[in-house]
Amino acid sequence: MMKFIYMMASPPHFYRLAGKWLPWLSGITLLLLAAGLYGGLIYAPTDYQQGESYRIIFIHVPAAWMSLFIYIAMAIAGAIGLIWRIKLAETVAVCSAPIGAGFTLLALITGSMWGKPMWGAWWVWDARLTSELLLLFLYLGVMSLYSAIPDKRVASRAVALLALVGVVNIPIIHYSVEWWNTLHQGPTVTKFDKPSIDVRMLIPLMVMAVAFKVYYVWALFLRVRVELLERERNTQWVKELLKMNKG
Amino acid sequence: MGGYALYVWVSYGVAAVILIANIVLPKYQHKMMLKTLTKKMQRAEQLK
Repeated sequence: MMKFIYMMASPPHFYRLAGKWLPWLSGITLLLLAAGLYGGLIYAPTDYQQGESYRIIFIHVPAAWMSLFIYIAMAIAGAIGLIWRIKLAETVAVCSAPIGAGFTLLALITGSMWGKPMWGAWWVWDARLTSELLLLFLYLGVMSLYSAIPDKRVASRAVALLALVGVVNIPIIHYSVEWWNTLHQGPTVTKFDKPSIDVRMLIPLMVMAVAFKVYYVWALFLRVRVELLERERNTQWVKELLKMNKG
Repeated sequence: MGGYALYVWVSYGVAAVILIANIVLPKYQHKMMLKTLTKKMQRAEQLK
């Protein structure tokens, strides 16, 4: 079993496999995004309270979910890299950070765009917003720490530790709207009882969430391929690849 | 968009920019990486 995992996770194998998957990932992402945008901007009805402004939800909520999801994925990959020294896991952890940072920034900006017309403020220092901002800094910290250490393997270990420590922030973000009195609304979708949202809004929201997930894999594979090439530039498989590329 | 057009379209616009950047950037880096590594390999071969 371990042998199989090591084989699958070997850089040359994964490089080729990811290359084969890329067209599928891009196609599925674009289809889902098209469906989600149609659903969110045209099919979903206007909100009785917030009017059309609520349509920001179809970007904001999936982006916020992704910001947490990618952080957890990054920490798990980092831990696997720390324990089993699997190069691919280290690479996945490092390459997740910029994508996660992108989604966190997106969640913050769209939140701002939603907060201004609904709350009357671009920003408030409430628990949800502040902990999400901290998440952005954690991502940026991971990225700058990695680029500050020249030895990539040492850097990976440092980054994995930082990512693991930062995991504490994830439940804080998730439960912040319940633990503290915040301006940010409570959960409407991830409640155990029936979600308090119209099903015609829920479907496009879910489609966008899945679209963002597939997008993450797409963007991740693109980055992992670059990182693997750089890390393995002195190995035989990269040399062979370059020769084939040239000829 | 019922008076909220600016907020809604800026949100979707920023989303487009961030999502596209995270695809285009690694694609470009991949191309450059292949180019640099190929050049390095050729130089190493000439020295032999």
